[in-house]
Amino acid sequence: MDVGIVGWGAYVPRHRIKVEEIAKVWGSDAEAYKKGLMLREKSVPTPDQDTITISVEAARNALRRAKIDPQKIGALYIGSESHPYAVKPSGTVVAEAIGAFPSIHVADFEFACKAGSEGMFVALSLVKAGQVEYAMGIGADTSQGAPGDALEFSAAAGGAAFLFGGKPEEIAAVCEHTYSFTTDTPDFWRREYQFYPRHAGRFTGEPAYFKHVLSCAKRTMEIANLTPKDFQWAVFHQPNGKFPARAATELGFQKSQWEQGWLAPTLGNTYSGASPMGLSAILDVAKPGDRILMVSYGSGAGSDGFVWRVTDQVTKLQPLARHTRAQLEDRPIYLDYGTYAKFRGKIHKVTE
Amino acid sequence: MLGPARYWREVPQRYRYEAAKCAKCGKVFFPPRLVCNKCHSKEFTQTTLAQTGSIETFTVIRVAPTGFGDEAPYAVGIIKLDDGVRITAQITDCELDKLDIGQKVRLEFRRLGKEGESGILRYGYKFVPVA
Amino acid sequence: MRDVAVIGVGMNHWGELWEKSLRNLWTEAALEAVEHAGVDRVDAMTVGCMSSGLFVGQEHLGAMLADQLGMGPIPGTRVESACASGGLAFRQAYLAVASGVSDIVLATGVEKMTDVDGGAATYALSAAADQEYEGYHGITFPGLYAMMARAHMKAFGTTRRQLACVAAKNHDNGLLNPLAQYQMKVTPEGVMASVPVADPLGVLDCSPITDGAAAVVLVPVELAKKMGRPYIRVAASAQTTDTLALHDREELHSLAGTAKAAAMAYKEAGIGPKDLSFAEVHDCFTIAEIMVTEGLGLFEKGKGGPAAEAGVTALGGKIPINTSGGLKSKGHPVGATGIAQVREVFLQLTGQADKRQVKNPRWGLTQNMGGTGASTLIHIFERA
Ligand SMILES: [Zn+2]
Repeated sequence: MDVGIVGWGAYVPRHRIKVEEIAKVWGSDAEAYKKGLMLREKSVPTPDQDTITISVEAARNALRRAKIDPQKIGALYIGSESHPYAVKPSGTVVAEAIGAFPSIHVADFEFACKAGSEGMFVALSLVKAGQVEYAMGIGADTSQGAPGDALEFSAAAGGAAFLFGGKPEEIAAVCEHTYSFTTDTPDFWRREYQFYPRHAGRFTGEPAYFKHVLSCAKRTMEIANLTPKDFQWAVFHQPNGKFPARAATELGFQKSQWEQGWLAPTLGNTYSGASPMGLSAILDVAKPGDRILMVSYGSGAGSDGFVWRVTDQVTKLQPLARHTRAQLEDRPIYLDYGTYAKFRGKIHKVTE
Repeated sequence: MLGPARYWREVPQRYRYEAAKCAKCGKVFFPPRLVCNKCHSKEFTQTTLAQTGSIETFTVIRVAPTGFGDEAPYAVGIIKLDDGVRITAQITDCELDKLDIGQKVRLEFRRLGKEGESGILRYGYKFVPVA
Repeated sequence: MRDVAVIGVGMNHWGELWEKSLRNLWTEAALEAVEHAGVDRVDAMTVGCMSSGLFVGQEHLGAMLADQLGMGPIPGTRVESACASGGLAFRQAYLAVASGVSDIVLATGVEKMTDVDGGAATYALSAAADQEYEGYHGITFPGLYAMMARAHMKAFGTTRRQLACVAAKNHDNGLLNPLAQYQMKVTPEGVMASVPVADPLGVLDCSPITDGAAAVVLVPVELAKKMGRPYIRVAASAQTTDTLALHDREELHSLAGTAKAAAMAYKEAGIGPKDLSFAEVHDCFTIAEIMVTEGLGLFEKGKGGPAAEAGVTALGGKIPINTSGGLKSKGHPVGATGIAQVREVFLQLTGQADKRQVKNPRWGLTQNMGGTGASTLIHIFERA
């Protein structure tokens, strides 16, 4: 039985901060970030936005496309490294907000930046197993970078939601293959009670991101018996602009294949939301018959690979919700560092 | 600090905008009531508020009450929804000096506050300007 | 029902009274009223207080204050209708005397507001709005009135300057009232340039945070005559409610509760708005006074702003409003305000208002409201 995406939707906050604005405060070289990491600006959540609110809005966009009774959703998973509660699920809020309760299985996932694709993987599998009629997988984050740390230039906010189903006439993108590549590689972590995550500097590159993404992509294509030429589109986890561009090029993909899902230069790294949002941006414009390769990456470490085949249904669903890139370009509001620091809870009013 | 039950019992309104429509005269109540103040009927059907509307009046709060201090200045408005129901809510993601009566807005799910540093997080609706 | 008179009044010099507690404040004003009335007993007392619980952590004021009064185990009743609590305490006392249940009743109001910080005071006051569907969204009272102001400006072209003229006029009056919190002149320009609180209202558009109490003594008119003391007659008492939430009102730029209560009161007193010599109204914010004067029928809807700017409501104008300085300048210890309004009417109608005396007044009106006008108390008084 074919299963696949019957609805998708993204959510991008409107606030931004430019690399220059952050660099100015810490005396860093903005050009190095812009050229070296291909980052120009990043999204910033307002104090009233978090992984839960972003997930609700992304889920609602997915439902605007799927147009199914939310009561039929049997499972909902949110992957994030910034769940607002340490103990208490994010997913329960989303399930109630979209009217998909109480007959539903809900869980919050955490696997650094891979948690979103992980939720998608499990949701998809439950539909495939016939356990549930529809299932939703969401990747969303409002990640924090410590002040002055390299991560501060990229840690951004956003998310995407995917609703999976098994009715052929409803599927906009069939999932043809999946594969996961996992090792224990401590390149990035956050201990209990710590506010900011830590990373292992250049160790996050070759032995971490590139090893996992490239291995996962190669093996996924091998299983599917496909080569880069067989894909119209490819999207990779994007902790910055440079890593996915290099990975794609090494694998033999042309820029025209990966540019549409390459959001990081103006969005930043949305962690669990990163490759899912890239996939959402591709589905917004894909044509029936197109193939998409998606490879996520989560520190710790692992990559999930997916091969999607777009169907005729996609053109009907595309106009039903706001496109990912349209949101990205919609009236950005630029912040100075002080307001950004206030928005991110780095500073507080003294009386509170 | 208030216990979570007070927050929890309003969830149908705060998350899903559930309202009660008088079965007799059609007046919509948000939140739901037990008796219609127009025709005195006690029969209602459940309905959902429209999620777009326009600003009927607004202000920018610069001196905030306890719990909102970190957020000031912020805009609050009375929004006339497209179904005719009026509600009070914050207007966010906007340039405060460009707000105007009549401006089109749509509802978004947002965090409205938190019960101190360790209490529950409070979610609900705010409005954002439509492009 | 018996005719009822007010025969004695008391009030402290309102302000930030750091050294005084709620009980001290109240007892000062209460004892002054009792002494002023020349009575040797009180049969019952009422106290209007909005939120002693949130402001000082003390409830059960009926018993506590009757105890402080020291006149025996008399019935002590606390009433609450937000900022109209004082007006309601007066009405309950009036009904007790009019009905014949009691002969000498002390009506009082008190609020001790400065024991909490600004954020907590703003929060306590916002409890008069719909907590779940207004307060939950971070709206404040200045914010609610600011939204009414903006609606009024949009509907009628009311200007920022017209709002400011209300504050300037009330500060002028307050300069003539030795018990007013603010003894300071402000100009319309100064009000317009004051620190913004909730756009378009600035801090000088808002009544202040105040500690204060006020008390009046009510007796049957027959007894007042017998006692041979100056008195005024209560000619009408009206109370109305409106929707708690502002957004549920049919109009955001008018006060239906005030209009309705005014109609009831005029009917009961047998007069119309043109007969009034002056009025003490609830100017918690400058826009409120404009909307109230329209609701009272003193001006048509939309004409309150121009009237304030033209000086029609100034002392010496056609219809002086808030000769005491109003809430704006006299101060607004919420529960005490409605009682202090009655005190001003007493002074005016008995010719004891000194430098702010209205010439030969016969009819005076008090209008006191709670929330955004969800509770309204109107009383009309006639010179004896
Ligand atoms: Zn009805």
